[in-house]
Amino acid sequence: MANYGNADRMRRATSGLMTTLTALCTLLAVSALLIILTYIAWQGIGSLSFQFLIDRPRPVGEGGGIGNAILGSLVLLLISSAFGLPLGICVGVYLSEIGRGRVGGAVRFLVDTLTGIPSIVTGVFVYAILVLPMKHFSALAGGVALAMIMIPIVARTTEEMLKLVPHSMREGALALGAPQWRVIIGVVIPAAAPGIATGAMLAIARVSGETAPLLFTAFGSRFFPTSLNEPIASLTVQIYNYAISPYDEWHAQAWAATLVLMTLVLGINIIVRFLTRKKF
Amino acid sequence: MSAVVENVTWRRMLSPTGNTGDAVFRILMLLVALLMVGIVVAMVIALATDSMLSIRQFGFSFLTSQRWDPIKGEFGALPFVYGTVASSLIALLISIPLSLGIAIFLVEQAPHYIARPVGFLVELLAAIPSVVYGVWGIFVLAPFLRQYVEPALAKWFGWLPLFRGTITGIGLLTGGIILAIMVTPIISAVVRDVLAAVPGSQREAALALGATKWEMIRVVLVNGAPGIAGAVILGLGRALGETMAVTMVIGNRPEISASLFEPSYTIASAIANEFTEATGDLYLSALVELGLILFLVTFIVNGIARLLVWNVTRRTGGVARA
Repeated sequence: MANYGNADRMRRATSGLMTTLTALCTLLAVSALLIILTYIAWQGIGSLSFQFLIDRPRPVGEGGGIGNAILGSLVLLLISSAFGLPLGICVGVYLSEIGRGRVGGAVRFLVDTLTGIPSIVTGVFVYAILVLPMKHFSALAGGVALAMIMIPIVARTTEEMLKLVPHSMREGALALGAPQWRVIIGVVIPAAAPGIATGAMLAIARVSGETAPLLFTAFGSRFFPTSLNEPIASLTVQIYNYAISPYDEWHAQAWAATLVLMTLVLGINIIVRFLTRKKF
Repeated sequence: MSAVVENVTWRRMLSPTGNTGDAVFRILMLLVALLMVGIVVAMVIALATDSMLSIRQFGFSFLTSQRWDPIKGEFGALPFVYGTVASSLIALLISIPLSLGIAIFLVEQAPHYIARPVGFLVELLAAIPSVVYGVWGIFVLAPFLRQYVEPALAKWFGWLPLFRGTITGIGLLTGGIILAIMVTPIISAVVRDVLAAVPGSQREAALALGATKWEMIRVVLVNGAPGIAGAVILGLGRALGETMAVTMVIGNRPEISASLFEPSYTIASAIANEFTEATGDLYLSALVELGLILFLVTFIVNGIARLLVWNVTRRTGGVARA
């Protein structure tokens, strides 16, 4: 048996201590997640009812619900997907298939940096270019703000997914005489379609939780939406308004609405993880 | 003659195959990609134009003045700058050791069947919307800090001005802690990529020389240092611009105080809170100028971070997430 010196014992002890600490860090983060999720489930489930899900907000003491907010969020997601998904996918195609040179590098860098721009700034920008000229808040402005957050996310995931498609498939199609655009639309994109779809779902999950860019674009409303040209309610803004209100009843409703939002967001994330678990 | 040559080179550039469909397709995609550049340029122009009134009125003193008084028409952004920087620094102070620990555990220690599900759980923290953190912060974290943590800090470290003052649970410290929880998954995800990009031969060499596990990990950390710095700066960028959760717990009072217990205000929360209530062109313009500052700062911070992370992960083709 070797005779370890003091210094050696110290080194071993340090190593053991530090490796235990890293495990504790991980434990801390995972328990933070579990504590937050448990709280939401526990606090939210009490005020949740079918009536709550389909009713519109009422004054304090009269109940009310988040039906208009759920519908509003769906409308906003539809508008933002209509703009954001096609544009994002096109940028992804450009980055993966066409822009390999300096222009491509610059666009990729800008797209990456755009993902880090605070969403509140996007809100201010859309206020300046849409709300001010139109002179009123609108669902359309909210949707455009969300789309601007969506595009860089979709673009980068699309690019990564297209790059996973083997080169032999492109070469095979080109060798058969297909022009590049037919190869991309007919062979490369279909091959990467499941990956692009999961990227799109993650982007939708991400923007469905956005609040800041909606505060002064979609603004919020206490009624069911009737037109895209007027202010519209959303789950997140409703949660925010209720949470900072002084009423206990609205606090309870904020928790319940949070539970609904979390079910949507985590649901998408877990489904995506389940679908892609073989690839990563 | 030269026009013809030019025409031909243009077509060659756009479509190496000489196919008209290709040229059209490439131009379309290029236009959409250039739209991204256009958006960034339009952002700068729109924010700068709309804040011109405030820039003309206050000039550089906008950044150095402490007075934010909408009624008298005086606008100084220093309290917001202070609140933004201070809350982000608190967040990083907590988050850096935590996310390094998580990344080291997941990459270097945990077996595969633990690292994958646990890594997913940590990533889920990043999927929780900001407003949800805010709700949890107001109703759970703030009361908890008020009852237990802040009195204890005041008792033990009360000799520091940082931990003096009225204990309300709403203030700079709470904002910093919420931010720390929010940026930890982002920093740790990028550090994971960076560590995974460090070649295995480095680890083997360290172990072969008789290093303990921790000593080996230190070699790996030194190797990935630029990428880790990039990850931290990326987290900083996120913390600087985070809005809803901070707005809900930081107290929203434009004052600079030495105490971490006192309410503060950040640039992002000032915009979120006051934008729709802003009466008068100068008030609105001052808020847009706050947005312009936030845009420029986060743009630069993110740019630096991306360059650092790219340099490390590019070699192995790893992709930096978040």
